[in-house]
This record gives sequence, C-alpha cells and structure tokens, in this order.
Amino acid sequence: MTDKESQELLQQLLEKQKTGKLTPADRYKIPPQGMPEQDPITRRSNVNEVATGYTETQARLEAMRCLQCKTAPCINGCPVQIRIRDFIAAIADGNYKKALDVIKENSLLPAVCGRVCPQEVQCQQTCTVGLKFKDPTKAVSIGRLERFVADFDRNAGSDSVPSVATETGMKVAVIGSGPGGIVTAADLRRAGHDVTIFEAFHKTGGVMVYGIPEFRLPKAIVQKEIDTLTKMGVKITCNFIVGRTKTLEQLFKEDGFDAVYIGVGAGLPRFMGIEGESLIGVYSANEYLTRANLMKAYDFSSGADTPIAISKKVAVIGGGNVAMDSARTALRLGAEKVYLVYRRTEKEMPARIEEVHHAQEEGIEFHILQSPKRIIGDQNSHVIAIECLKYQLGKLDESGRRRPIPIEGSEFRIDVDTCIIAIGNIANPLIRQTTPGLKFNKWGNIVVDEETMATSVPSVFAGGDIVSGAATVIMAMGQGRIAAAAMNDFLAKK
Amino acid sequence: MSHKIVSKKQLSKDVFTAEIEAPLVAQARKAGQFVIISINNEYAERIPLTIAGADPEKGTIRLIWQRIGKTTAELADLQQGDEITNVAGPLGKPTHLENFGTIVCVGGGIGNAPLLPIAKALKAQGNKIISILGARSKELLILEEEFAQISSELIITTDDGSYGRKALVTEPLKECCQRNPKPDQVFVIGPTIMMKFCCEVTKKFNIPTQVSLNTIMVDGTGMCGGCRIEFDGQPKFVCVDGPEFDGHKVNFDLMMKRLNAYKDQEQKAYKQYKEHKCKIGLDK
Repeated sequence: MTDKESQELLQQLLEKQKTGKLTPADRYKIPPQGMPEQDPITRRSNVNEVATGYTETQARLEAMRCLQCKTAPCINGCPVQIRIRDFIAAIADGNYKKALDVIKENSLLPAVCGRVCPQEVQCQQTCTVGLKFKDPTKAVSIGRLERFVADFDRNAGSDSVPSVATETGMKVAVIGSGPGGIVTAADLRRAGHDVTIFEAFHKTGGVMVYGIPEFRLPKAIVQKEIDTLTKMGVKITCNFIVGRTKTLEQLFKEDGFDAVYIGVGAGLPRFMGIEGESLIGVYSANEYLTRANLMKAYDFSSGADTPIAISKKVAVIGGGNVAMDSARTALRLGAEKVYLVYRRTEKEMPARIEEVHHAQEEGIEFHILQSPKRIIGDQNSHVIAIECLKYQLGKLDESGRRRPIPIEGSEFRIDVDTCIIAIGNIANPLIRQTTPGLKFNKWGNIVVDEETMATSVPSVFAGGDIVSGAATVIMAMGQGRIAAAAMNDFLAKK
Repeated sequence: MSHKIVSKKQLSKDVFTAEIEAPLVAQARKAGQFVIISINNEYAERIPLTIAGADPEKGTIRLIWQRIGKTTAELADLQQGDEITNVAGPLGKPTHLENFGTIVCVGGGIGNAPLLPIAKALKAQGNKIISILGARSKELLILEEEFAQISSELIITTDDGSYGRKALVTEPLKECCQRNPKPDQVFVIGPTIMMKFCCEVTKKFNIPTQVSLNTIMVDGTGMCGGCRIEFDGQPKFVCVDGPEFDGHKVNFDLMMKRLNAYKDQEQKAYKQYKEHKCKIGLDK
C-alpha cells in the first residue's frame, strides 16, 4: 500500500467507526502493517537499528485491526499484564499520550519491550486476530504498537519524570542495572525510598548495553531510561561488584541499607564441553557481544581500544536471540560467511521469529539439525574448522520440544576461523561465594518465594536471570515489579 | 567517580608504579586480588592489573604495570594529578593464607609486583619466606628491597649475569627443592613460560605450587569467559575461579597461545599510539 492509500483507508475506517458501523469483518480486512526496515544489503554493513518503526498512519491502521475483545486474551499473555486492548484503542483514536499512560501503569520500559519482547509467544500468541488467521504473525502487532507509542513520546521531546513520594528515610540497594534492576529501582524510588543501584560494569543497562546490539536496541533508548532514574533521584554507583567491593552483609551493617534487591543477571557463559573450545577464535556469545557492543570493537583502530577477531567465516552455535545477535554482529564486523548451527529445526528455535527472519534476510546461512562434535585448530591453536554431527529429532523432551539425536557416523567439516558459542548461561557464583545463608538451588540460582521474590535471607529480594536462569528482559522486569511491590510493603511495616 | 593518581614513579625502563585513589578497593582488597581499569568511559579497553599494595587509611591502591601496549603506554603517560575513569574491584579470589612452613616465592620480571603482597601476607601468617627474583638484567629487576625485608633468604638471578646469579630462576628453585627438609609450598608469578618451567621443577619434587595467572579479560566478573584456561582438562575462568591455581594442573602452552590472540591488533594499536604521540610532540 502506498502512503496515500493507507491514509485513505484509515479515513474510511475512522468514518465507519464514528457511525458505529465498523464490523469485525472490516477489521479483519485491514492488511497487517509491515514494519519499515533498512534494506538487508545496506544494514549488513552498518550498526544502525534495523526496524525503523511505524508511521502514524501505519500505527493507527494496525490498531484498528484489534477487535477490542471483551475478554482481551492478550493481557494474560503479557508477563506484566499491560492493558493492551486499552492502549491499542487509544492509538486508534490518535491519543498516543493516553496510550503511553496506559502502558506505563504496568511497564516502565515500553521502548525496550516493544523492541525485544518475544510477543509471538506472549501477547500475540493469544490474540484473537492471530487465532482467526491461524498464524501468530498475523496477530495484531502489539509490540510494534508499543514501540510506536514510546518512540512517538520520545521524539516529541517529552521528558516526564515519574513523581516521587515523600522521603521515607529507608535505604535500598539494587544490585545490577539491567532491565530488572531499572524497574525495581524506579518502583522503590516512586515510593519515596533512598535507592542506590550498584553496577559491576563501567556503564549501566546490563544486558541491554553489553548484550543486545545497537541494531536491535539503540543504546540511546536505554540511556534515556537511566537518565529518568537519575532525575527521580536514584543514585548509581558503577564499578561496584557486590560480593567483592562490599559484601551484602557490609551493605546492611556498614552502609545502613534496609533492603537489597539482587538482579545481577545470569553471569557465566555455558560452553559445550567439547574438544577445542579454548582455541583462539572461539568465543562465548557474551564475550563476542560485549567486545562488539559495550566496548565498541567495531571502531577498533579508529578510536576503540578493544580488539575482536577479524573473521572471514564464522560459525555461531545456538538458536536463541543471542545466537542471532552474534551472527548478525559478525556480519556487521565484516565476516564474509556466517553459519548458524543449531541441533534442532527452525521451528524449535527459541529466538523471536522476527530475529530469525532478519538473520536469514541478511544472508546468515542456517545449518539446522547439526551440532559441533569438536573444534579443530591449526598448529598455532587458531580455529580452522568445526567438525559437526548431523541430528534428527526424536520424542518430546522435558522442554516440550523434540529431542535432538545425533546420527552416528555423520561427521562432516565446516571451515571457519571463528566460532561463537551461544547456548546460554549458568549462574554466576560470586554472590553465592560471598553471601553465607542465602539459599541456592542445584543450578546455583537463588531460591525465592515467587509471590514476593523474597530470598531466604530477611530483607533480601532477588529476580531476573539469577533466579530463573536465562529468560527475557520482560520476565526480569515482571519479577522486579513483584519484588518492588513486596519490598515497598516490607519497608512500610519496618 | 574518577580515580586520581596520587603519585607515580618509573621503576625500570618499561615498568611503572602509581598510587591511585580507590578507597573502596583499598578497604576491601586482600592479597592475590586484582582490579580492572579503563582510562576513559568511551573507547578505552578494560585491562586487569594486580593490586600490588594498598593504604586503606589514605584510600589508595598501588598498581605496577609494564608498558607493553597502547593502554599500558597511555597509563605510563599519565602524571600525578591525572585521573583514571574506572577502577573496578577487588576481583578474583584472595590468596589462601595459612602457615604452611617454608615457602619459596619465585618472581619473574613484572611478576614481582603481584607476588609482593602475597609474600607479605604469607609472612604475616608465620611462614618462612625464601624469595627468588629473576630479571633479564639488573635494570629490569624491581622490588628487591621490599622482598629483602620479608625474606629470610633472597636469591637474585639475571639472564645476562649483570646482577646476582647468571641463571634462570629454575636453577635456584631446583636447589631449594633438593634441600632437606624441602619447602612446603611454592608460589610462582611471572611470565607464563617461566611459570610453566618452575611448575615442571616442583612437580618432580611433589611440592604444591601456586601460580597467579594474568590472562586477557573483559568484564572480570565471570560474564564473558574470555579469560578461560584449561585446568586439569576442564575450562576454568581466571577471574572467578582464580587468579591463583594449582600450577601442576594448568595447561600453560594453551594459555601462552591465548595470550597472543590479539597480538597483531595490539601491535597495530600501540604503533598508532606512538606515532600519534610523536605528532603531538611536533606541535609543541
């Protein structure tokens, strides 16, 4: 559709709506609005954001696709229960301010969530429109609409800072400035507590700045959220490693904190335990992305001091968002060939569908039903190839996906000079080593009461990946909000 | 928060020491730990440096580094009163301290710097300290006096014989191991190749040997895994599992190769920095 056609369609629909004649059949007929994007060939060689965002007309048309179901099944699909139906209605009306206010009742970071949430397995999975077309990708594009509202507000230069209640005199420490830490800190500060965020890195934002690349989530967006926190009076201390710079106990005893939220993230990259994983040119996705994103290795020798492998052929192992991010980052760093090696099929990939499509459009070669058996190096211990086995899918396993089974004798070789392992993280042992009394499960994750996110140690709460293992930005935010509410209750009684 | 350089001194041709304001690290640090520093917030790389000492009352830590690349050269060009943007730490597990009995502390080159606080702490536990310090030549030897103060015996070796014994540190180490009673524990910190050969010596005598490893790191908190080594056939992270390890189980050959992973890029960056500096000089 041309812009003009879109505008005309919108006018017709608005007329109908005014006279009460807009039927569900009319809504079904509105074409799903595609996301404007940088052309794949162009974007492979820049780090700018891939998806450029809906225009106003597109946003309102997409919003008109929403049936405004009485039951609003989308809301239950959202980990933080945003009143989706209502914010979409506000967009259809052109009242973006109201839409943002509705979202902000439940989510503080719509510009982030609109970009990185896996909507197709959350709100959009339960959307009636998607069910009608038997295709979640044809559901109302809730995430894109959420992003539109947040971007519209930001581009309009709005600078609203949430109001803060009268000072309570209670001191709260939030450990980690990732998505969970940010929402927890904001909710605690809104209640009038004196909040300090402790961050181990020299920059705030956690996985949103070291992990998720600029082309998917611009750093400026994350920075804006951090700036809002500072304007609210949240204090931020970087280069502070809780457990090492000070222990949890010291924060309570020496610094007089009344409560602590632990949101330190997952922490330790998982390796496969195969031969050759310590060769030069083998990276954890965490390391590769941190070098490329946070440390700006793409600017090496024209400013940045942090190097990264200069790669021609790269194999990325894994099928999640982090694997897609790594593969697409490798392309942008100049690799000629990037292979994504995954032991199941595309259907089982945990990555967002949109990221899978983007990766394929950009020319990432998918090697499904394959997994490395060993990594091969030359005499200088530089990676020269991976030896893979072919796989087939067996019965369902405990994750509800079909189990990959290696096919004996199916070994074959892929020549690469870089190999990035993106198969998840395990729990960081630092807090565990330095906090006696805190209970952990057998995987090293902190044990909490899920109603309150309270840990086994009084006044200590926790959430995000250190509790649930690797999950998503929105899960961490959801847990942060639960924890903040419980902490506010707890502090009010103190 | 920035960290002011309170004092700075050149110890040898390419080795420098500075006292840096970092009150929290100064309070918390224990022997064997390190910090990760970066000179500025935008483009600077993060590098690990061992904490060579600290004054908790003054709120300063002492760093010692060797000028080998762009960042260490840039650091060497900073002067008293200048500031470093980021100092994160202390990181790594502290040295396990115990009264073992007699300990041989072997330091090589810049390795004397991280070795000193460990030797001091071990001495404070009541251990008898025999120190062996090696350097390529006399001018490159650092911290001799400090070691003399805590050692019941101090052996110096130089490669060229310009000072002390003309030998590699492994020679006197072997002699120490042959004594009766033999030493109870050996600590070795220095170039990877030296640690490798020292461990080969002590292994023959079955003397427990600790090494402190300085691998390439990014975050220093376990998140990236770039510092991993092969220990007893398994991957270990130097930043959270170390930096000290049982030297008899470390795959030093692989570690040496990994240390050179970015050699070309590092050299290029260092060359660029030096050329740039020359041009700045011409303007004056």
